[in-house]
Amino acid sequence: MRRIAVEQDIMAKNGRAAALNRDRFARERTFVVNLMSSPGSGKTTLLVRTLQELKTRGGRLAVIEGDQQTTLDADRIRATGVPAVQVNTGKGCHLDAEMIMRALAKQPAPAGGTLFIENVGNLVCPAGFDLGEAKKVVIASVTEGEDKPLKYPDMFAVADLVLVNKVDLVAALEFDVATLKANVKRVNPKATVLEVSARTGAGFEAWLAWLSSSRTVTAPVEARVP
Amino acid sequence: MHEVALAQSIVEIVRDQARANHADCVKAVFLRIGAFANVEPEALSFGFESAARGTIAEGARLEIERTPGSAFCAGCGSDVQVESRVALCPSCGSGQLLITGGEELRVTELEVS
Ligand SMILES: Nc1nc2c(ncn2[C@@H]2O[C@H](COP(=O)(O)OP(=O)(O)OP(=O)(O)O)[C@@H](O)[C@H]2O)c(=O)[nH]1
Ligand SMILES: [Mg+2]
Ligand SMILES: [Zn+2]
Repeated sequence: MRRIAVEQDIMAKNGRAAALNRDRFARERTFVVNLMSSPGSGKTTLLVRTLQELKTRGGRLAVIEGDQQTTLDADRIRATGVPAVQVNTGKGCHLDAEMIMRALAKQPAPAGGTLFIENVGNLVCPAGFDLGEAKKVVIASVTEGEDKPLKYPDMFAVADLVLVNKVDLVAALEFDVATLKANVKRVNPKATVLEVSARTGAGFEAWLAWLSSSRTVTAPVEARVP
Repeated sequence: MHEVALAQSIVEIVRDQARANHADCVKAVFLRIGAFANVEPEALSFGFESAARGTIAEGARLEIERTPGSAFCAGCGSDVQVESRVALCPSCGSGQLLITGGEELRVTELEVS
């Protein structure tokens, strides 16, 4: 009997795949956003409206859709005219970097443009898997209650931006946006918080401005090499 | 839960290490899992048992060491132990904690023959 010292990170494989994705995105100047939330917070609805807005401003777009089953969400995206590839994770509760790598083999990243990844609806597991994205955006809708950041701190801790969605329902639900924001700050003082309604388009100016400024910082348009 | 995927990664690490060290049989696998690593030890043991089936890790004992969460407090400058990511500083009560430990998820050692 003998002991072997190993000291290996169990997530290392995902980390390696994520690093390869990140290199590729940098080379091709693709700005990549990983969109996460619990099921039904409005990821797909928000994406559809966002893509419609971005299409009118030019720029290449594509989507990777993650769900355990069905191609329903990819179908909703394609209806906007933006290419989408569906990844079905089966029993898997999150997307991982290798799945993204495989999806990119089917549908290349939009070089010089923006790739949105809709993760599997789940406020726990996707938080732990780096996909190689530039930004992590977490949606918390007002129908879920103000306490979600405290109950699911891992997810809110990794967010660059928290979108408070369905604000059209705030009055009916007597939802307290200030409490939600305070709870986000407790878990993650650095996160930006914006209020939106994917249904009415309220707050979209600020969300689109955030996208465009984050894009400029993380994937600057370089002078074209002749 | 993603314990099944993690268990598969563990089995891959064990297999590669066992091969590299010319081991015939793996008796035990030692893991270090932080309080914030988002892993349910029972689910992981269960997942490992099935992922190990038919591999050199089949039947190996899983020994899990849990490590506590730690943080640096920007309020009072001390290093503290915390139970949760949203804890307040136990020495000054401030909420300005930077998590510094408890996220690890590692295979630390193998016992082989
Ligand atoms: N009132 C209101 N309803 C919304 C809003 N955004 C989304 N919804 C509704 O919420 C429901 C779920 O929206 P989806 O966009 O499918 O949510 P999702 O996060 O993509 O869901 P999964 O992919 O299943 O995790 C739908 O009935 C949407 O019409 C909003 O801003 N306001
Ligand atoms: Mg969806
Ligand atoms: Zn303190």
